[in-house]
Amino acid sequence: MSATSLPKNTRQFNPRRVSSRKIWQASFRYVILVIIGLIVSMPFIWMVSLAFKDPTEAFAWPPTLFPQNPTLDNFTNVLSQTILPTAFLNSTIVSLVSVVTNLGLATLAGYAFARLRFPFRDVLFFVLISTTMIPAAVSLIPLFLMTKGFPLAGGNDLFGHGGIGLLDSLPGLILPHVVGALNIFLSRQFFLELPDELAEAARIDGAREFSIFWRVYLPLAQPLIATIAIFSFTGAWEDFLWPLVVTSSTDKYTIQLALNSFQSGGNIQWGYMMAAAVLATLPLFLVFLFFQKYFVAGLASGSVKG
Amino acid sequence: MLVKEVTTSRRFTAQRGSKLHRKIALAGFLFVLPASLFIIVFNVIPLIYAFYLSLTSYDPLDRGGPRWQGLEGYGDVLGSEQFWSALKITAQYTFEIIPLAIIFALGLALLANRRIPGIGFLRGIFYLPRIVSLTAVSLIWLWLYSRDGLFNYIGTFFGGGDTPWLTSPDLAIHSLVIMRVWKALGGNMVLFLAGLQNIPVELYEAAKIDGANSWNLFRYITLPGLRAVAIFVVTTNIIYLFQSFSEIYVLTNGGPLESTMTVNMLIYREAFQYNRMGQACVIAFLLFAVIFVFAYFNLRLMSGRGGKR
Repeated sequence: MSATSLPKNTRQFNPRRVSSRKIWQASFRYVILVIIGLIVSMPFIWMVSLAFKDPTEAFAWPPTLFPQNPTLDNFTNVLSQTILPTAFLNSTIVSLVSVVTNLGLATLAGYAFARLRFPFRDVLFFVLISTTMIPAAVSLIPLFLMTKGFPLAGGNDLFGHGGIGLLDSLPGLILPHVVGALNIFLSRQFFLELPDELAEAARIDGAREFSIFWRVYLPLAQPLIATIAIFSFTGAWEDFLWPLVVTSSTDKYTIQLALNSFQSGGNIQWGYMMAAAVLATLPLFLVFLFFQKYFVAGLASGSVKG
Repeated sequence: MLVKEVTTSRRFTAQRGSKLHRKIALAGFLFVLPASLFIIVFNVIPLIYAFYLSLTSYDPLDRGGPRWQGLEGYGDVLGSEQFWSALKITAQYTFEIIPLAIIFALGLALLANRRIPGIGFLRGIFYLPRIVSLTAVSLIWLWLYSRDGLFNYIGTFFGGGDTPWLTSPDLAIHSLVIMRVWKALGGNMVLFLAGLQNIPVELYEAAKIDGANSWNLFRYITLPGLRAVAIFVVTTNIIYLFQSFSEIYVLTNGGPLESTMTVNMLIYREAFQYNRMGQACVIAFLLFAVIFVFAYFNLRLMSGRGGKR
């Protein structure tokens, strides 16, 4: 779309209502937005382009934007000859388990913090939420030692001595992702907004507390569920530091570690690297496409103003 | 007695001490138990454990376990040039990124805050860098910055073309900054967009009737209206960027010549390459304190009444 073509078209509109100055402003805005869009997406365009290039073209000078002989070799090789498929599977398991545990534990706790009265409720909530302020680096080392000293795992005795505990294992990878305090916070905020009458009516009917949560309130919490699922999945999928610390054998690598191994090996193959990056990004991209409205939650609500 | 209580009060609102009240309290307690236990064991206890470790000297390979040394470790770290250098680099990194990421994101949000055809797609494009993992982003930029990469190719048109983006000690950190600004743009933009859409239209309409021009609208309505969002964005960015690790590990590994050695990189190196767990915990706590101070003063500064906005 060029800036000059727009004003011409507007004659077919209503020229009295839309001043030409406004049209110029709008088309100028478009041009700027599209240019910025191109700049922002440039790294991705090159990533995809390199992923489809053969090795000689990947090193060609000057670099070519469109592959001369597009090939799928990078993808097939990365999937058949490298640790990527294993890492992909590991990350999928870790991320999905994190989604399930977060959904189960955080919504249940958030619901109770919002809707049920019990002693020390607010103190406990405050303590849990305060933990979100702890930088990852502070808990990293104790968490590593605790994982290593996990009782009765990885050759450990009851007191966590003798073996490697949960180091270099999938449960060890999942450990910090089981439940996030932030998700409890989100759940509480969500359930606070719902009316109390639903629970009262159910109690009159003799429903048990768990089924009030499960049958009455949780079905109303679809936006919350989507948000927690997205954050848990992407959080576990993108994590780099913890897997780096906790794994040692390549068959326990997560996708991010596998990606890193493509550049740390010395002999850099741009095509492999970018094909792997494309594959590692794909699940996040699909999640984004599918649940876009929850990513940009605030945006959907309310009309566009200004 | 119980029956009387229930009938005299509004029906079924749980009375203190009533059977229903106790049932609800028990349910509430049981519902929060699993999540709370987990967070206490894996978040609260590590904090205490880390503090204990910071008062010891501990090499996990050493059979003896942590050796108590009190505040000595803090003295060592505070007296080490390496720590101050890492802190300086981390602060430089953070405060180079934030102004750029904020100004560009705000500009982008103002541009994209129109209901025009295709705007959803464009916003999606701007948001894309946010959803790609830092590791993948780093690999892409490794190529962009490489000798045969895009930036050096573009550089040839400006008489350059052989810039050591990531291998020069003077340049590497700025190259990382550019990448991080690109990565942070979309997320910040979305927050600013949400902020813009929360400003009541009536304010603009009233001001227009009073004859305000667009600069006045921006200066006296938009900017003050975005204050809460701006505070949130800057604070979260400070907390997040002070802990930068992945992109540095992947792209420069702290080099060249330690020029990108952030505090988190230093902690990782101390703990997992030199096995100095106690020392690493000291640095981690000092980082915690620094982040806290910066976040706190930022909150005070930005939400203070005497502020410019």
